[in-house]
Amino acid sequence: MDSFGDLLSGFVVVLSWHNFLYMLIGITLGVIIGVLPGLGGANGVAILLPLTFSMPPTSAIILLSCIYWGALFGGAITSILFNIPGEPWSVATTFDGHPMAQNGKAGEALTAAFTSSFVGALFAVIVITLAAPLVAKFALEFGPAEMFAVFFLAFCSFVGMGKEPPAKTVASMMIGFALAAVGTDTVTGQLRLTFGSTELLGGFDFLVAVIGLFGIGEILLTMEEGLSFKGKATGINPTVVWQTWKILPRYWMTSLRACVIGCWMGITPAGATPASFMSYGIAKRASKNGDKFGTGDIEGVIAPETAAHAAGTSALLPMLALGVPGSPTAAVLLGGLMIWGLQPGPLLFVEQKDFVWGLIASMYLGNVVGLAVVLTMVPMFAAILRVPFGIIAPIILVICAIGAYTVHNNSFDVIMMLVFGVAGYFLKKCNYPLAPLVLAIVLGDKAEEAFRQSLLISQGSIAVLWSSKLVAIIMALGLLALFWPMVSAGLNRVLKPLFAK
Amino acid sequence: MSNPPDAPASTGPRHRTIEMGVAAFILALGAITMIGSLSVGIGWAAEGPQSGFFPFYVGLLIVIASVINFFRASSIARGRQFAEWGQIAQVRKVVIPMAIYVAAVPWLGIYVASGLLIAGFMRWLGRYGWLMTIGISVVMPILIYVTFEKWFLVPLPKGPLEDLLGL
Repeated sequence: MDSFGDLLSGFVVVLSWHNFLYMLIGITLGVIIGVLPGLGGANGVAILLPLTFSMPPTSAIILLSCIYWGALFGGAITSILFNIPGEPWSVATTFDGHPMAQNGKAGEALTAAFTSSFVGALFAVIVITLAAPLVAKFALEFGPAEMFAVFFLAFCSFVGMGKEPPAKTVASMMIGFALAAVGTDTVTGQLRLTFGSTELLGGFDFLVAVIGLFGIGEILLTMEEGLSFKGKATGINPTVVWQTWKILPRYWMTSLRACVIGCWMGITPAGATPASFMSYGIAKRASKNGDKFGTGDIEGVIAPETAAHAAGTSALLPMLALGVPGSPTAAVLLGGLMIWGLQPGPLLFVEQKDFVWGLIASMYLGNVVGLAVVLTMVPMFAAILRVPFGIIAPIILVICAIGAYTVHNNSFDVIMMLVFGVAGYFLKKCNYPLAPLVLAIVLGDKAEEAFRQSLLISQGSIAVLWSSKLVAIIMALGLLALFWPMVSAGLNRVLKPLFAK
Repeated sequence: MSNPPDAPASTGPRHRTIEMGVAAFILALGAITMIGSLSVGIGWAAEGPQSGFFPFYVGLLIVIASVINFFRASSIARGRQFAEWGQIAQVRKVVIPMAIYVAAVPWLGIYVASGLLIAGFMRWLGRYGWLMTIGISVVMPILIYVTFEKWFLVPLPKGPLEDLLGL
């Protein structure tokens, strides 16, 4: 097989000493970021991105993607020990994980969570290895109209699949597009929407937005809730790990289901958070212990963790193959690619073989290393959470400010970060989703370019969006995703009487 | 005056008011986007769609979605609280120092401003002793200095103190 050879050469790239070191640093930093409130995968990567500008792209992406894996692992620690989801996708893990810790089974819960995360990620990486080259090859034929249709599909899935009201998702997404449009028009070079302000000439940077919305906004929410960390003790040792590993294979069906749900939700940009909830809900309905869910059932830890990690990992598939990220963190990584001078999209597989396969190989290794790191260092990471909020909060604020400054070495960005932070607080409180906003800022210019180029080809006729079979199919899928709540409700009404008989 | 028996123990702004306010604010952003787009042209020029073409419709969608959100918000129960005043005071305790910090960075440099922010937080919110406060607020900026300027070679904004020290 073609991709197998490519993968092997990818391993050769990764297994150099400094890349392996970056991997270790990335995982450790990632877990710390995942454990701390106000620092998550997306803005952790955003803060560190400017530091990688001078690094070779392959090392940089290994460092940053390992931070992402680490953050995915880290979320489980706080959910289980402290009943505080460090990341939104680990909310579902608290349902059974924390009761397990209260029953004195913290070690089992953590082992189950980490192992499930690992299984989910591994499944997703295998899917990426097999599917991404094919998708990319297929997408090489795409013209601007097809590209726009893919963007359309991605953004429609947010509206249809998200649990927030559609009008709010649309509003938040369109704010992202509007912010992306500020500054120089990438097609004609004309200035727009700057209203005479010199600060806005360069437009809004998505990194600043991510750090503000996710970092500062999260700190404000944490302050409001007045968190006090009261954690359960960790008793994780090789015996516990071994005992848990012996019972885990019994739940292979739950795992497999969670893997599939996770991959599906990660590739269509619905994301890790809904995937974890959906997987938890389905496992609860399917399991014979369903009524024990919520009181500390190990299956209730396996299901959401596997799905969250599978979704988080597979979100990189559309990012690599199409240039359309499936999650905010993938969006930040995509922004990184552009900054390092790589053109994301299907051509990446042709022109930057080393880079792509190095990244994919690092996903395999990163998750193995990650599992080893978290299993051995849990007590250390839990200790970080015992540092009082009064010390940790200002330090996080300072780190966010430095992160925002280093994007363009501009103090104005630090002000914008605070503005985004306050906006993020209100948007979050009012149930506006932030992920579509971030994705729209990152993809805004590209989506607009694709749209305008397709219109140029058709000389202004909007019919170009259903002119060929392929475009029409993708656009139809987009519309289906957009109106999914109505479609599924309708299907239910039609199908239920049929099955009832 | 005593509270009626069924009144909630704590008060705060109504969720309805805030949510309507947020929708109105977003609507204004949409309107600004549309106006800005109109001024650069939203039509068709020799080189294809003009610069304002795409953002104009983006703005239009923001306005439409915000109108829906505004009317939906107006049907939120009046009894629902956005947050308690006490909680909002907590949030303000971060936003105000942060605003001062952000304004101070260009004048004092990021190191001094950060040290002061950490010290202020620890002293007045965390109620730590002076020794601990000064210790951490001096060590952190030095740590940041070494990491960024020496290790990653990323220069951060400096102020009068750094000039004095000749850094």
